[in-house]
Amino acid sequence: MRDGYRIQKHPILPVDGREAIEFYWKGKKLLAREGETIASALFANGIRIFGHHKKDGAPQGIFCANGQCAQCMVIADGLPVKSCMVQVTPGVRVEPVDGDPKLPPVEEVPRFGDIEEIEVECLIIGGGPAGLSAAIELGRLGVRTLIVDDKHRLGGKLVLQTHKFFGSIEACYAGTRGIDIATRLEQELQQYESVACWLNTAAVAVFSDQKVGVVRDGKEYVLIRPDVLLVAAGAREKSLAFKGNTLPGVYGAGAFQTLVNRDLVRPTEKLFIVGGGNVGLIAGYHALQAGIAVVGLAEVMPQCGGYKVHQDKLARFGVPIYTSHTIISANGQDGVESVTIAQVDENFKPIPGTEKSFECDTVLIAVGLDPVDEFYRKAREFGMVAYAAGDAEEIAEASAAMFTGKIRGLEIARELGREVGEIPPDWLRTAEVLKSKPGETGAESLPEKDEGVFPVLHCVQEIPCDPCVSVCPQECIVIEGDDIRKLPRYTGGECTGCARCVAICPGLAITLVDYRKDPDYPTVTIPYEFLEDTIAVGDVVTVLDMEGQVLGNVEVVRVRNVKANDRTILIGVKAPREIAKRIAGIRIQEERVTEPMDHYVERLTDDVIICRCERVTAGEIRHFIREGFTDMNALKFPTRAMMGACGAKTCANLIKRIFREEGIPESEIVENVHRPLFMEVPLKVFCKVEGDSHDKEL
Amino acid sequence: MTRSFDVVIVGAGSIGTPTAFFLAQEGIRTLVIDKLASVGQGANKAAIGGIRATHSDRAKISICLKSIEIFSTWEEEYGDHIGWVQGGYSFVAYREQDEKTLKGLIELQKQYGLNINWLSRDELLEVIPDLNREGLRGGTFSPGDGSACPLLAVHAFYHRAKERGAEFHFGEEVTDIMVKAGRVRGVKTTKGEYSTGCVINAAGPWARKVANLAGLDVPVRPDSHEAGITEPVERFLGPMVVDIRPAEGSANCYFYQHYTNQIVFCITPRPNIWGEDTRETSVFLPMAARRIIDLMPRLANLRVRRVWRGLYPMTPDGSPIVGKVRELEGYINAVGMCGQGFMIGPGLAVYLVKMVKDELSAEDEEVLSGLSAYRDFGGEEKLK
Repeated sequence: MRDGYRIQKHPILPVDGREAIEFYWKGKKLLAREGETIASALFANGIRIFGHHKKDGAPQGIFCANGQCAQCMVIADGLPVKSCMVQVTPGVRVEPVDGDPKLPPVEEVPRFGDIEEIEVECLIIGGGPAGLSAAIELGRLGVRTLIVDDKHRLGGKLVLQTHKFFGSIEACYAGTRGIDIATRLEQELQQYESVACWLNTAAVAVFSDQKVGVVRDGKEYVLIRPDVLLVAAGAREKSLAFKGNTLPGVYGAGAFQTLVNRDLVRPTEKLFIVGGGNVGLIAGYHALQAGIAVVGLAEVMPQCGGYKVHQDKLARFGVPIYTSHTIISANGQDGVESVTIAQVDENFKPIPGTEKSFECDTVLIAVGLDPVDEFYRKAREFGMVAYAAGDAEEIAEASAAMFTGKIRGLEIARELGREVGEIPPDWLRTAEVLKSKPGETGAESLPEKDEGVFPVLHCVQEIPCDPCVSVCPQECIVIEGDDIRKLPRYTGGECTGCARCVAICPGLAITLVDYRKDPDYPTVTIPYEFLEDTIAVGDVVTVLDMEGQVLGNVEVVRVRNVKANDRTILIGVKAPREIAKRIAGIRIQEERVTEPMDHYVERLTDDVIICRCERVTAGEIRHFIREGFTDMNALKFPTRAMMGACGAKTCANLIKRIFREEGIPESEIVENVHRPLFMEVPLKVFCKVEGDSHDKEL
Repeated sequence: MTRSFDVVIVGAGSIGTPTAFFLAQEGIRTLVIDKLASVGQGANKAAIGGIRATHSDRAKISICLKSIEIFSTWEEEYGDHIGWVQGGYSFVAYREQDEKTLKGLIELQKQYGLNINWLSRDELLEVIPDLNREGLRGGTFSPGDGSACPLLAVHAFYHRAKERGAEFHFGEEVTDIMVKAGRVRGVKTTKGEYSTGCVINAAGPWARKVANLAGLDVPVRPDSHEAGITEPVERFLGPMVVDIRPAEGSANCYFYQHYTNQIVFCITPRPNIWGEDTRETSVFLPMAARRIIDLMPRLANLRVRRVWRGLYPMTPDGSPIVGKVRELEGYINAVGMCGQGFMIGPGLAVYLVKMVKDELSAEDEEVLSGLSAYRDFGGEEKLK
């Protein structure tokens, strides 16, 4: 069946085309894939509005697609659920939430059972890179461990990462794609009998009596009393305040990756990205791989915060990157129709007259992550032995998460009395290295010679990464000293032209220039991770330098897609010797896709939303701050901000930001009190109702 | 220079804040001091919002009727939305003894002006169709009762009190009540000193400590109660439903639909959990969920959003302690609200203003006599 909202072919991901499940939206029969969430199934059917908010009738859609916010609520078989977390079941009747949902009648008092209480040595919240890595260490040492994860499979955000990882091969599978790392970790864990995994299990509270409440499969409540708690729950995406920031079509870059890479849904034709950290840059790459146009990326700082190789890669593919620019508004009535950005001055204030608008149907927010650390904070408050690892401890790359996870695993085993000896000092060092932010950026230095064959490293920023060094059989790519954060360098030594370095470089930043056949028109080998059928021998392609400047049009002379290169296709182009060494990539996206509109679009409504759940505007918050409010708890009283379903997960930081803008020193601000539950749970779940039959009939 | 106020109120909560409003309204120079960071951050914000005159004694019936008058007309008078919903209260009976207790009070309640009636099983089911029918005998219904949002209400009282000149000092703790020749002269705080001839102790769970600062004692000690709130759902429930049957771990259970359409629910722990610990426990939800689903099966699918724990300033007999004291002139107790400070606050404020101005009528004195610090504390509140 033809379906415009599904990805039919993907250069990296296998596409399983079966749409086997029938379900209903507003009474109309639709098709879903087995195992996908309701949110993804709706997007796959072109539905982006999941309801309307009762306060102002604003259309509601997804924001996080990660179970953190509560914006994607729908009614499934009569009951409100987070559509991004609940899988489609055959025949399920899904309805939008318009106003408050109606509570269905229940005829009989159900029979209650006892809530199960279990004890484990270590409870790990979150089965992502950090949690899995810790569990492997704990499993190796025979520690009775339980992992709970709220998703339907292990791996956390690794399952969204189609790109090859940075870091070093031995420490964190550098050069391997995130999706495959998830599978490897999962397989490694399976051999350890002392570790159990509960999927589709959400931690909902940590209580003062040192028990952790979890809900399995949305219906079974279990209290767990761990000797040690490890919080490896990852991160949630930050929200951003601008006009139209809750329009359907404005959502997190992570949410986008979930739809596209996990669920193979094509939620948009044309998107704009706000935020030039790694998440935003990589999301742009993932969009292009899925055949989605990226009209631009705005970064408020003068430089992108993400790795330069990611930024350069995106620029080469034809995505304009607007540094020192901010988003002014997302425009449209029921969804995004365009985005308006503007340049900012040194105080990050928009400069009038610099506004530009672009047509797009989606705006991705990638302005950073916040640790999911509420469980950790509660556990510490209540005197439990608790650790945090990965993003829940400190926002960093997944490679670092894996490594801190390993270290926490050993620390916890030691805490539990196992003989583990000292934590290897080089582990601690590697963890620090992997967490390190990009270092200095130098100028590109091209090899001087014009003969033979050799790699050109278009890699000028210090980041912790060295697979090119590891794979070179001739040892002619080196990093001075033993610090993988330093730049790799071609020694000038004998290169055989094997191109392994080209294929493995996670930044797609290495090319191979071969003068052996034709010194005037050397062949340049370029890595390519798009559909193979988009390029063929004989095609003329536009080639660009490292930072995306067009060098000229050249002919493709070879397309090599071999298994060993793990879906990285190597393209050979024949190029004049004057430009050959400078060629770093091939343009993917036509320039006209990214042209601004001939006028800029001004959004007149005052809908800068701070609290998504209760739809509280920045203006309302500012009003009370100007009245003298410095206690965030007091702001709840007149505004209801922070009192909605998500429990201040997205708005608290935005509110703190308004305090800062209003010149209130941080020392005067009183933090909002956090209370459980961390997600909404039906009352009957706390009674262990026997049988669940009336659920289905409703 | 020491600043001078006519009245200093200790505690900007359910009692202190409306009292400041009504004092300021009369042009009385009022200062409210609270050790917490902003208004209502103690017991007030933990209140669930129920407002009833359905009590078992004259004082609370009269005071709460006054409160209801204030809550129900507030928006009209002052323009602030405070979430007032006149949904009524219903004490339901599934046991003969409860039917007897509840019916036994109706005559007295009516005598003091409460609109309350006994509804038969079928009549009650018309008002609350979702009640568990099995074993239901009937219940009281007092349609004049209702609920408001403690957060909105205390904010409105605060805002309007300031507008009328009352001052509020937050993050400031009273460290001494200065006494000279048997009279209050002023208060010392962590930040300064104020002279006043009148101190009102409205310190809720911390009332005893404040009384001690004046060399007095008052039998108030806090215990803690947990409550929960659900997601909002289309309005389906009118009154606050109160079930006075004891069960394992709880003396009763009650819930209602808030103006936001969320259900707020609570139990009274039995035995009491004495102390000031307000950290949430794993015990509450399973205990409360059983009780309320058993009472109203329809709530089974309703999702719980949040739970919290707050303090009840308890007295030995479950009734407040209000009034001047013989030992110290210029000191007024407005303490020991036993978890009902929110509903008592505005009504009591009206009496407190008269008390400050020495304008209590004989009838007022009679109403307040039941709350005297010098009463016999041997009795027990019947509708706790």
